[in-house]
Amino acid sequence: MEVELSAAELEQIEKIRSELKGFKKDRGQLIPILQWIQNRLAFLPPEAIEMVAEHLDLSPSEVLGVATFYNQFRFFPPGEHPIKVCLGTACHVKGADIILENFERKLAIREGETTPDRRFSIERVACVGCCALAPVTLMGETVHGHMAPSKVEGLITRVNIEKEVKEREKKAHV
Amino acid sequence: MYEDLKAEAARRKKAFDEDPAPKVHIGMATCGIAAGALETKAAFEQVLAERGISARIHTVGCRGHCYAEPVVIIDHPDSGFPPILYPEVTPGKATMLAKLFLEQGDPRMEHILGAMVENEMIPSVMEFPRFNRETRIVMEKCGLIDPEDIYDYIAAGGYGAFANALENPPELLIHIVKESGLRGRGGAGFPTGKKWAAARNTSGDEKIIICNADEGDPGAYMDRTLLESNPHQVLEGMLICALAVGASRGILYVRAEYPLAVRILRRAIEEARKARLLGKEILGTSFSFDIEIFEGSGAFVCGEETALIRSIEGYRGMPRQRPPYPVTSGLYGKPTVINNVKTFANVPAIIERGAGWFKGIGTEKSPGTAIFSIVGDVIHPGLVEIPMGVTLRTLIFDICGGIPNKKKFKAVQIGGPSGGCLSEAFLDTPIDFDTLSQAGAMMGSGGMVVMDEDSCMVDVSRYFLDFTQKESCGKCTFCRIGTYHLLVALEQLTEGKGETIDVGALKALSEDIQAGSLCGLGKTAPNPVLTSLKHFPEDYEAHIVEKRCPGMTCRPLIAYYIDLEKCARGCDVCEGCCPVDAVFTTPNRKKGIDQSLCVKCGECMTACPPEYKAVIKVSPPHLAPVIERPAQPPKRDAS
Ligand SMILES: Cc1cc2nc3c(=O)[nH]c(=O)nc-3n(C[C@H](O)[C@H](O)[C@H](O)COP(=O)(O)O)c2cc1C
Ligand code: FES
Repeated sequence: MEVELSAAELEQIEKIRSELKGFKKDRGQLIPILQWIQNRLAFLPPEAIEMVAEHLDLSPSEVLGVATFYNQFRFFPPGEHPIKVCLGTACHVKGADIILENFERKLAIREGETTPDRRFSIERVACVGCCALAPVTLMGETVHGHMAPSKVEGLITRVNIEKEVKEREKKAHV
Repeated sequence: MYEDLKAEAARRKKAFDEDPAPKVHIGMATCGIAAGALETKAAFEQVLAERGISARIHTVGCRGHCYAEPVVIIDHPDSGFPPILYPEVTPGKATMLAKLFLEQGDPRMEHILGAMVENEMIPSVMEFPRFNRETRIVMEKCGLIDPEDIYDYIAAGGYGAFANALENPPELLIHIVKESGLRGRGGAGFPTGKKWAAARNTSGDEKIIICNADEGDPGAYMDRTLLESNPHQVLEGMLICALAVGASRGILYVRAEYPLAVRILRRAIEEARKARLLGKEILGTSFSFDIEIFEGSGAFVCGEETALIRSIEGYRGMPRQRPPYPVTSGLYGKPTVINNVKTFANVPAIIERGAGWFKGIGTEKSPGTAIFSIVGDVIHPGLVEIPMGVTLRTLIFDICGGIPNKKKFKAVQIGGPSGGCLSEAFLDTPIDFDTLSQAGAMMGSGGMVVMDEDSCMVDVSRYFLDFTQKESCGKCTFCRIGTYHLLVALEQLTEGKGETIDVGALKALSEDIQAGSLCGLGKTAPNPVLTSLKHFPEDYEAHIVEKRCPGMTCRPLIAYYIDLEKCARGCDVCEGCCPVDAVFTTPNRKKGIDQSLCVKCGECMTACPPEYKAVIKVSPPHLAPVIERPAQPPKRDAS
């Protein structure tokens, strides 16, 4: 899957390129730099990997090798509304896999993927720290506890409705 | 210098306490926020502002009572009532309490969990086992102080142990920790004093201290709660350790998935620097020590100390052969002490109250307390800190209220992916490091999942193996490929394709993985399988021979059907809630489930009104009677 970068993202990459010089040229900075870039771009495009490799005087494959080792790093852009389904132990025993499946079915993508319109993405996470509310799903930063398969559709619909409302308001302003 | 800080803290506390305005303490750790504490706080703020009620909002950490979040304590002295703890304070309840209690002095008895102190009017929370059976050392101040205010911690005696330690020779500090018998809380239980002494005795120009807050177990969150609720206690423990071993650099290795903990820690370090508790010439002495934060990037194996060090150095986090141990050759080859968050958090109390006091708590070989995060099928899930040596029965049934819905206890999984599943036979075993290891489980992270009779041990083993298999760093063949084959076998069992699987072979493979792996990940990965094979052989038997899942969990081995005797037929909830349109109605208004479409989510069973209970779950699936789906969906009335 090739990722097409938006104009804003390209601009951000150029900014990162110039600010990267502020980091020490020290191998110990590798992971902090990757985290810093992902914080700004939400994922690590090939351009970023190459940039970091050049800065730290490493080969791009070395940098990619480190980045792919860690679960935190993404190589594809997440959706505008990232959905994180908790599959920690407590959530698992309360049927979290069924919740995950339902999201996958409703959005027609698999875990780890983003919808073609880049609106939603699904990720699995391990324990978000509120096991008492299991099973848990995060929509963006919002925690939804006591999830049920039948709530899945409602959550997605709600996001869609919010979007429509916003667009309508925008139009009304114009 | 410390006296000045203490005086300032006391002054601030006095001003806070003497302010006649009522105080509203809101628990704002991750669990509280997840349950809606931010909204609760906003509701309080709004109604206080609207009605001009003078009350102070005090944000605190987590008390560990996750079942009751958002938790609010209201201290309203003028009302004549003691401080009261309210559970599940929704924004609506917050508004109501502000109006009726803060304004009119009516505490709304029906919403109270208990009073925070003994009194004549309201039963105290200390009358409940969930409160009075605990012994808090590590979590003593959690949920009582504001984690974002260093003076709150100092006013509660914080940094006193460190100030005291500054005046003592390092050898004495190590001696006290050794004497106390403190064992590392990161899982393996290595004696902390011994580790510190080894680091002290290694020569080196720079010594490093690392606090391991990588908490990788997918079902445990006590380290996070501690960091979010009382970060300074951990910093103080690190400071004492630095003093004892002669270190100048500290690193807090925190999981990046813990953004709130990272934010709170950054602030705590900043505040400590301002108070001259970190940095150069601490409290005017010649001792210098500073702490930086390194955000881990989500690899379970990086909880292992040598892998953790590799990841700080900027490499793939793969463990290496020990010895040399990190205390002699750690980060960049320098002597490095790595301890768990809770290990450090135990230290201030030990220095302050003495080794003898600490040894008096817990068991002889495992002194002190253990913190468990108890989740799953219990009535009062959350964090519990109890003395080592308490039995599982006390913990699960007395303290956490037992199993909900009148179900029977089946198993408890302790220690996450490295731990094991224990059966009813272990309920009366006192728990400490050694008894758990003997049982084939492990203290590990302290994550505990309680399971009732409707749980499948094969599935739980598969779950953990799936986790360790994915997290194996790939260095050792047995860990990389062995866990894969073990996982495939377990998957076949849970899918009903396990007729050729031999339990003996599973056991042999497990033992090979243990023997052939370098680090703790591979050495312990088969534990969930081995313990469940040992304690729940009948579960495996049923999956292999009958293709039946006794816990009715493995979806390929179950089926749902609708019992037409019980179905009232008039309602359509099952049909309405089915996410895949598998439920249908025949022309004579009978209901059926199309087994070819059913994904076995159980929604219809949840939705079916309790007075009908018409949806039945069976295993193996062929027990479900077949109802033919009409070729054409029945036409609805056009009217
Ligand atoms: C696979 C694996 C994961 C581990 N994860 C953690 C962890 O998340 N937190 C932790 O403190 N120790 C973890 N440990 C144990 C550490 O290697 C180390 O023993 C510990 O941090 C030492 O601290 P302590 O003496 O205070 O227990 C892990 C070990 C292994 C083998
Ligand atoms: S397991 Fe899902 S929140 Fe802990």
